[in-house]
Amino acid sequence: MRNLLILGAGTAGTMMANKLRKELSTEDWNITIVDQYKTHYYQPGFLFIPFGIYKKEDVVKPKSDFFPIGVNVIYSKIDKIVPEENKVLLDEGQVLKYDYLIIATGTKTSPEEVEGLKGSQWNKSVFDFYTIEGSVALAEFFKSWKGGKLVVNVAELPYKCPVAPLEFVFLADAFFTERGMRDKVDITLATPLPGAFTKPKATKLLGGLLEEKNIKIIPDYNISSLDNEQKTIVDYGGTVIPFDCLVTVPTNKGDDMLERSGMGDDLNFVPTDKNTLKAENYDNIFVLGDASNIPTSKAGSVAHFASEILTENILCSIEGRPMTASFDGHANCYIVTGHGKGTLIDFNYTTEPLPGNFPMPGIGPFGLLKITRMNYYGKMLFRWIYWHVLLKGKEMPISANMTMVGKKL
Amino acid sequence: MAQKQFSGVTVDVNDEGYFTNSSQWTIDIAKAIAIEEGIQLSDKHIDVLSFIRKSVAGGAALTIRSMGKSGIVDVKEFYGLFPGAPLKKATKIAGVPKPTSCI
Ligand SMILES: Cc1cc2nc3c(=O)[nH]c(=O)nc-3n(C[C@H](O)[C@H](O)[C@H](O)COP(=O)(O)OP(=O)(O)OC[C@H]3O[C@@H](n4cnc5c(N)ncnc54)[C@H](O)[C@@H]3O)c2cc1C
Repeated sequence: MRNLLILGAGTAGTMMANKLRKELSTEDWNITIVDQYKTHYYQPGFLFIPFGIYKKEDVVKPKSDFFPIGVNVIYSKIDKIVPEENKVLLDEGQVLKYDYLIIATGTKTSPEEVEGLKGSQWNKSVFDFYTIEGSVALAEFFKSWKGGKLVVNVAELPYKCPVAPLEFVFLADAFFTERGMRDKVDITLATPLPGAFTKPKATKLLGGLLEEKNIKIIPDYNISSLDNEQKTIVDYGGTVIPFDCLVTVPTNKGDDMLERSGMGDDLNFVPTDKNTLKAENYDNIFVLGDASNIPTSKAGSVAHFASEILTENILCSIEGRPMTASFDGHANCYIVTGHGKGTLIDFNYTTEPLPGNFPMPGIGPFGLLKITRMNYYGKMLFRWIYWHVLLKGKEMPISANMTMVGKKL
Repeated sequence: MAQKQFSGVTVDVNDEGYFTNSSQWTIDIAKAIAIEEGIQLSDKHIDVLSFIRKSVAGGAALTIRSMGKSGIVDVKEFYGLFPGAPLKKATKIAGVPKPTSCI
């Protein structure tokens, strides 16, 4: 019997458990998956909670609903990986041996990286919406807020779902407009990015939207600390921004377990081959999802596309063949722009988001870099697809690697 | 491809003024670019530039954080040396490609 071990049962780990259980015979292969928590959160839903569009119960389900039959599930915190000995130590002292290992422990927010961020104003006037606790607290706060300076700040790159802060300010604009108090709320987005996005065409569209909605953007902003008494933030360049409500996307880091294992970079992300998805220094370790350092978006859609590549490469590797599948960094993100509309971007390592239709040329039904009602439905439908198709590792009618079909240069 | 003259030497640059051939770089050229950016190079600046050139040659992706951990400057000092957008300015002066933010 050989052992395939998956660390982390979030989006990426759960998909791999489902895909590999179908591919590997139960007579030859044990598959084990480990996670510290029993609840699966639909993280894209966190964005909607502050605005009362979703409630907590809309984004949680037991993890056990999504594991296939024939996979061993262990709920425990992972202490560390000992790659030289092909084993993993759990918190309770249990030791798991593996022949192949998949690291899928994701990324989490680390507010302690910025001085003062998690201080006396935390969850009083300083909130995050990347955790369930933060988004629920912010929903409560917005219910009775009388307005003032709303500042959304991204602490550091990289961070998961890079369009989420933009969606947040678009939704905030719509929310306060609908409540008849938009004139009392001043919205600012302070980001380390050079603009609304990184690539020219998407930056133009999204930057234009910010302007149209009277949302101020402060680019190239690298926060250094927060003053809880003055209610201001300052960046390394010395720019001070006062706030009445600060919504932060704190530094995103890989799990501390990777630091303890000596396998992470300076943000605890695992150095990974961006094409094969194999950990750079180990032949029997692969990395999927936010835990890797591959240069594309940290997003569920990326983990989904990459999971098809990874499945093929693991099978090659197990059978002693050269790895044949190569990931191109494909990302596909619906962006809510407010008032029941949205846009869509589709891109990879080398091709920037381009206008067009998706997935079918001329038909769509979704519009790339266009603001449509259909794109909003796409985003809202994603939750159903996530629970019923994506996590279960089922096929989707979208190719893993990006295609130029339907795109206009 | 664009070209630019620095202290009498012609180098290849892209439209944003970043070197497309890192090997054309010399300290004298760096000093000339720095003056265009309003910076007078000190020894500390040169230490930072050497670190950047070495890291990039080794395939590392530079970030503000990795500069802060370089052992040469902390993030505050880095901003002090190259005010405004330190990573963009320092890489331009160091004759290496502009770091891309992959998100
Ligand atoms: C606000 C928000 C909006 C988003 N919107 C979108 C969107 O619209 N579209 C999109 O595609 N993506 C979106 N994302 C991103 C998406 O949710 C993530 O990219 C995706 O969940 C990553 O999957 P993962 O498996 O790598 O990590 P996760 O799903 O986070 O799973 C990691 C798992 O590892 C476990 N773990 C970690 N360390 C340990 C340890 N030491 N011991 C035991 N268990 C451990 C954790 O408990 C967790 O269950 C959004 C994210 C957020 C926060």
